[in-house]
Amino acid sequence: MTASRLQHVLSSSVILLVAAAVTYISFTQEPAAAFLFPRLISVVFIALAIWNFVRATLGLAKVGEGLSWQVSLNLLPGLIIALAFVFFAAKQLGFYTASTIAFFAVYTIYDPAPLSSAIAWAKRITTTALFMAVMYGLFALLLKVQTPRGMYF
Amino acid sequence: MEFISYFGGVFEPVAFLLLVGGTIGGLILGATPGLSPTMAVALLIPFTFQLSPTQGLILLGAAYTSTVAGGAVSAILLKIPGAPANIATALDGNAMARNGEGARALHLSFLASGVGGILGVLLLIFLTPVLAQWALAFGPSHLFWLAILGVTVIGSLDSKSFVKGLLSGCIGLWLSMIGYDDIQGAQRFIFHDALTGGINIIAALIGLFAIPQVIDMFAKGRQTGTIDAINVPRYSLLSSLQELTRNVKALSIGTVFGSIIGLIPGVGGQIAGLVAYDQSKKFSRQKEKFGTGHTEGLIAAESANNAMVGPSLVPLLTLSIPGSPTAAVLLGGLLIHGIFPGSDLFTNHPQVAWTFINSMLIGQILMVIFGIYTAAWAARLARAPVPIMAAAVLVLAVFGSYSVQQSMGDVYIMLTLGIAMYFLEKFGFSAAPLVLGLILGPIAEDNFIQGSQIAAAQDGSLIYFLTGPLNIFLITLVVASVLYSFWGSLVAQKPTPAAQQEAAK
Repeated sequence: MTASRLQHVLSSSVILLVAAAVTYISFTQEPAAAFLFPRLISVVFIALAIWNFVRATLGLAKVGEGLSWQVSLNLLPGLIIALAFVFFAAKQLGFYTASTIAFFAVYTIYDPAPLSSAIAWAKRITTTALFMAVMYGLFALLLKVQTPRGMYF
Repeated sequence: MEFISYFGGVFEPVAFLLLVGGTIGGLILGATPGLSPTMAVALLIPFTFQLSPTQGLILLGAAYTSTVAGGAVSAILLKIPGAPANIATALDGNAMARNGEGARALHLSFLASGVGGILGVLLLIFLTPVLAQWALAFGPSHLFWLAILGVTVIGSLDSKSFVKGLLSGCIGLWLSMIGYDDIQGAQRFIFHDALTGGINIIAALIGLFAIPQVIDMFAKGRQTGTIDAINVPRYSLLSSLQELTRNVKALSIGTVFGSIIGLIPGVGGQIAGLVAYDQSKKFSRQKEKFGTGHTEGLIAAESANNAMVGPSLVPLLTLSIPGSPTAAVLLGGLLIHGIFPGSDLFTNHPQVAWTFINSMLIGQILMVIFGIYTAAWAARLARAPVPIMAAAVLVLAVFGSYSVQQSMGDVYIMLTLGIAMYFLEKFGFSAAPLVLGLILGPIAEDNFIQGSQIAAAQDGSLIYFLTGPLNIFLITLVVASVLYSFWGSLVAQKPTPAAQQEAAK
């Protein structure tokens, strides 16, 4: 399967926008000496980004499978958990609490075992507890990493 | 023969324990489908902070060696290559396992890996100091072109589309410029507080290699299917050894092709295994048996995969150009310990360099021993449910990136880069050239600035950077790598005769 032409055009547009921003900043910011190397790279960057965009627009970009609706729907819950875990919960709730919730949530959502099965719930809880115990042993006790405490731990 | 005097360092208790732990852990991680050797090494880097540079490199080197070999376990027993390097192994290895010869296939696979790996490391031992001495003659302009060569070679060869490969390299070079410019004290591309200190290489490596694989696991959804387990009846190790000696031709083909391909920057083990398999088939008298459980194909593919490991470190340790994506991650591991590849490594840190290289030699032997005796057990662990793997790698990536500098900013960068990389990969971009750009960017920039200053006092930048035999040689290599890749993409676009016939219908 390859991505649709529209998907290729969209992705190449994003790259072109980034390249344009990098080029604009490189050539307008001061002191110029600090942007000598960025200017050199940005010229190559924007040239390649334009080439990539033109190829995508002409329908010549064929590498990459793209994203189907089903794949997008499948990955969405996991992505939301990962974003909430990193950008909110880790600092607010505490690293270990947030990690436990994130691990348990990902496991539960993607576990094919039925939600009505008591054994499956017991397995999820035990696996999460065991994994977090290992993480605590490794990072808190062995490596002595000071993690954000937040509201809990 | 300087390396012999540093063998003692490998057998110090902590170092040897790390070597054994790294080998066993690498075998399990390698046998786990979906966990690539590159990601395994990237996730291990935070654990090396507490260790001395030598110990840290021993751990990473052991993991590199054994994850490549461990990938054969799932390729043989589950028909799922643990890493792309093991694709060729699955062709005959799984057929052997299905014929009730799983143990024989595993024995031959690890023995061939061991022989190929040892010869590959010997090549590393004898070639590296020579090249490192040669690298002493390099000035800023040469080092600048070498860094650019590293990005273009891996950008051209590791990506399916050469435009996207080179674009990935450019994105990496841009990311490397984010933060404060040390010489001018100017802010560059700082769009968020987390970017003030620039992008931490380790956080970026974890994000770029681990997070896309986690999201890939999410993308599979709630999978209910189970993987077929193959029973592995016992087989005599002595018989396997005798069989290996009867297959010297396949072993030689694998080792020679693996070593040569390893030396070429950016090519990597995936190609080594497939090329060796193909060549072994061409030279074989029993071509028709390939793919049906024939030992020649298995031996050639596995010896090539591991023969590639040592030589892939030659351009890394001498010229800072990694021979494979995993070697690029190892370069990150070297740099965070303040060790720079090149002649400096062998003159100022011979203890670190030689102990590390020697550990890879011992690691190959340990890999064979543990591989043979733990393969069936590793395959069982490799069948861990996907949701557990996804959750575990996500949490481990967060802890690993945080522990580098105990900074939430690094975690934000790790996740953001990882998510962006997942979507970029879906459209044909590749993580390896991006990582190379990120790692080699500062080397290229420092030498570009130094070279510009020298050029200003001499004949100007054009003459300084574009003339001289070594500059011209390196520029030719840069252009050749780009043109070769461009030609490759043109050939790939041409419809095959089968496709033409199909279209004619």
